[in-house]
Amino acid sequence: MADPANDIIIAASGLKKLYGRVPAVDGIDLAIKRGEIFGLLGPNGAGKTTTILMLLGLTEASGGTVTVAGFNPMREPLEVKRHVGYLPDSVGFYDNLTARQNLRYTAKLAGIGRDAIESRISDGLARVRLRDVADNKVGTFSHGMRRRLGLAEVIMKRAEVAILDEPTSGLDPQATFEFLDMIRGLKADRVAVLLSSHLLDQVQAVCDRVALFNRGKIAIEGTVEKLSQQVLGGGYGVDIEAVGSDLPRVFAGIDGVLRVTQSDDGHYRLVAARDIRAELGAAIVASGGALMRLDHVEPSLDTVYRHYFEGQHHTEGQHGAA
Amino acid sequence: MARRSGSVWTGCGTVFMKEFADHLGSGRMRVLEWLVLLTGIGAVYTAIQDLKNTTSQDPFLFLRLFTNAHDPLPSFMAVLGFLIPLVAIGLGFDSVNGEFNRRTMSRILAQPVYRDALLLGKFFAGLATLGVALVTLWLLIIGLGLITLGVPPSSEEVIRGIAFLVVSLAYGGLWLAVAMLCSVIFRAAATSALVALGLWLLMSVLWPLLSQFITSAIFPTTELNLIMGPSYTQIMLQQTLARLSPNTLYAESLLGIMHPSTRALGPVFMDQLQGAVMGNPLPLGQSLLLVWPQVTSLIAGVIVLFVGAYVVFQRQEVRA
Repeated sequence: MADPANDIIIAASGLKKLYGRVPAVDGIDLAIKRGEIFGLLGPNGAGKTTTILMLLGLTEASGGTVTVAGFNPMREPLEVKRHVGYLPDSVGFYDNLTARQNLRYTAKLAGIGRDAIESRISDGLARVRLRDVADNKVGTFSHGMRRRLGLAEVIMKRAEVAILDEPTSGLDPQATFEFLDMIRGLKADRVAVLLSSHLLDQVQAVCDRVALFNRGKIAIEGTVEKLSQQVLGGGYGVDIEAVGSDLPRVFAGIDGVLRVTQSDDGHYRLVAARDIRAELGAAIVASGGALMRLDHVEPSLDTVYRHYFEGQHHTEGQHGAA
Repeated sequence: MARRSGSVWTGCGTVFMKEFADHLGSGRMRVLEWLVLLTGIGAVYTAIQDLKNTTSQDPFLFLRLFTNAHDPLPSFMAVLGFLIPLVAIGLGFDSVNGEFNRRTMSRILAQPVYRDALLLGKFFAGLATLGVALVTLWLLIIGLGLITLGVPPSSEEVIRGIAFLVVSLAYGGLWLAVAMLCSVIFRAAATSALVALGLWLLMSVLWPLLSQFITSAIFPTTELNLIMGPSYTQIMLQQTLARLSPNTLYAESLLGIMHPSTRALGPVFMDQLQGAVMGNPLPLGQSLLLVWPQVTSLIAGVIVLFVGAYVVFQRQEVRA
């Protein structure tokens, strides 16, 4: 697979879904490569799950084209589903069956050959560290174990594409950490991972690229750095806690400062063209102020997300007024 | 538009085996089977007590095992007519919504199978379970008859017995399809069970009364009727209405099959009886011909209801 054109495993263009006359997904374009972890972000109802269902062929698209692993989910849903593993946001199993029996059922449905089934199930269970409880009834499993069992199913299927809908919601921090590690393991197998989540720091930790959904459209898409540049306007962010008279004027006087915002009393956020921490410290002390804290702010997805949707609300308000 | 590719049957066998195993192992099924078994054996036992006195005179002794009613117990056939729907509803009322409620539906449908396979597999598994239960019960009764009566059944009795099994299975399949339709329409299993059971009560208890009531509303009883009895049109209307209920169809089919002396299932004119040797049994072929419309209607009902469930299921959104 040296050919880079072959590396794109999910390609969508102008994908649309109407519920009645209301567009749930309104013309999105996606291109996802093998071995890439791609994050879908956005508020509830922005069209993430609908997009996922269309990629799987579980919901018919109203317009546009999709290709997943070289097949069209509308016309060849069985082929697509053979190559795609799906972990729904609320994943359930048959409580009266053991973990192994549950996987055996889906393995048979997935058409895995009789002689390969047992070894692949064991392999999948081992990868998610459930081998010790493989023969326990799933009814005794915790929430986190069920999620892992769902991931074992994806691994067992040897899917080329893994679609994970809110995989870490409701997990405790340790379980989340482990789960993200398992997702990275999929990437190592050159599986394309499509991940939707609300938990932004986790998305940032694991995703190569993200797409921010808003009202059925992809608002912005790219690496976290690229997004932060687009939304926050780039620059070097500094967080300051200081007490003094007329500090904003002091900051504005420093060469390279682009923007100053005061979040509350004694707490400022600066955006500069370069690293100006040394000058800042000196200037505050020179003005007779007391410097408590001075921090470089990494552009976090969290900030990008909040900033973007705050901007949206502002423009919405203006439209409303007009 | 291109046709969808791949076979509808992919995975159907897998679903069938899983559901079949679930049914046979479930506590619900065990309770229902005991219920059928105990009432059935009660009815057959009293029948045997009656039959012991007439063993030598009756050519259709084994059929009497099924049809003989001894107060206060109803005949085994009547018990089945009442209980088969209960078992079928018990097997089917949560088959589809159960998958949604356990949140297994989207996981299963993300596997390379069509929805058709899931629904068909579930339906056939239910039907097979009913079949196993009925055949077991049937063999038990024949065995009981062999031991207590000491006469082997004739070949005609065996064939009539098998016809009885087939008709009972169609009847059970119809109620299974009703239950599955409810399980597709209603998300809550309790609602689905209640609606299915409500329909069952309506069809088995209320409908016969309602059909009489509707007839008398359309054709009020005249003075002539008081002297001569109900007119031909009244009888035909009432019978047609009653036959909308699968219970009527089932009862009439069994009447034709299990009582060989049944000559007609509707009104008979005196001139039609000319030359008939009253009380003599009909040959097997004629009996089957007599109940053919009823059996066909039952099977058609199964197909129509299943198609209904299928269409509703196909249009359903997967997301729960």
